Amino acid sequence: MADQPTAIERFINGILPENPVYRQLLGMCPTLAVTNGMKPAITMACAVAFVLLCANVVTSLIRDLLKPHLRIVVFTLTIATFVTIADRFLAAYFFQMSKTLGPYIPLIIVNCIIIARCEVCASKQPVLVAASDAVGQSIGYGLALVSIAAIREILGTGELFGLQILPVSWPDWVIMVLPPGAFITLGLMLGLVNWIDMKKNGNLK
Amino acid sequence: MGKFKNSNLMQAWLVLLLSLVFSVTLAAVHIRLAPVIEENKTRETMKNIPALVTGKDNNADLKGEPLSIKQRTIRAQKKGMVKSYAVYDAFDNSGNVMGHVVKASGQGYADKIELLIGLDATASTITGLFILDQKETPGLGNKIIEDTWRNQFKGKSSYAPLVAKKGKSVSENEIDAVSGATISSRSVTEIINIAIGDVKMDIALIPESYNMENK
Repeated sequence: MADQPTAIERFINGILPENPVYRQLLGMCPTLAVTNGMKPAITMACAVAFVLLCANVVTSLIRDLLKPHLRIVVFTLTIATFVTIADRFLAAYFFQMSKTLGPYIPLIIVNCIIIARCEVCASKQPVLVAASDAVGQSIGYGLALVSIAAIREILGTGELFGLQILPVSWPDWVIMVLPPGAFITLGLMLGLVNWIDMKKNGNLK
Repeated sequence: MGKFKNSNLMQAWLVLLLSLVFSVTLAAVHIRLAPVIEENKTRETMKNIPALVTGKDNNADLKGEPLSIKQRTIRAQKKGMVKSYAVYDAFDNSGNVMGHVVKASGQGYADKIELLIGLDATASTITGLFILDQKETPGLGNKIIEDTWRNQFKGKSSYAPLVAKKGKSVSENEIDAVSGATISSRSVTEIINIAIGDVKMDIALIPESYNMENK
């Protein structure tokens, strides 16, 4: 397995070089839907981190027992279990947040970031690598959600975490907290990330 | 023996074992968390009863009308099945019935929908609707939780079954369906129709045992 990335490489890759949102363009649906405020975005990022870590660790532990044609079933089963636990936990201890996020928590089951990590990393590499991969990807995902949510909440309401940070005279750009704001912000952020990348590689003329 | 080893059942042993392990885990989580979730829902129910009964907005000041709320269960027999409903009766200061709230649930488009139906004292008019739990499609079906849609139910008679219609509703018992979410809308009206039909006989009869209680 000399060609497989090490634990540290996996960890760093997840944050920026292979950022799940900005580089892999995975998990777009929750990225667009729950980033109208910082609180739902952070809750979502935490839920995904929990599921990703648990699913990666379990998958890695049983990787030698997996049969190629049954592996997706096992991944889905594992992911669904941890998503259900996360969903119930939020409903029990963060009831209002659970109502705000509604079906987006159960929909983590079909979030392709997680199944992609199980397939690419956890089903091929040892537990430690899989775990650090999960943590790295989760941080990358969290950063992406938080960056989009911060822009949308600040421009849309003049607030951050519900606290006024722009002058009260700021004309709230309501469109930013509505669905179009999600697409506009994501598009501009993707462009920005690509532009920085090209500049770094000297491809920009 | 080789035949058995290659059988579908033997190939799937890991899937079967994991299903078992995960089921047990989820059952344990459920046993631990279900009472807490139930408590959250009860708290939310209690919070919404005054607005449902008086027909006022949730944000409206209700301090002028302190209500005392009592809970009972109404059972309805249908085709040999017994269905029970949690019913909350709201009383004003002098002990007059202000109205009732029925908790009902049924299948929606995606998952179970749980809702609270507010009825006036004689249970002849719907005074409000609140969606307690739903997992309908975001952007379409989940619009059933919005005030503008729910407010259509206020003032509807509870004698005629409600119908969710596409386009503008015309007659008295019609509800304007959420566009793009006819099934979610129809599920809500169905749940309400069934629940009202089931509790109708008993709801206006306030049990005498209430008077014995000192609360």
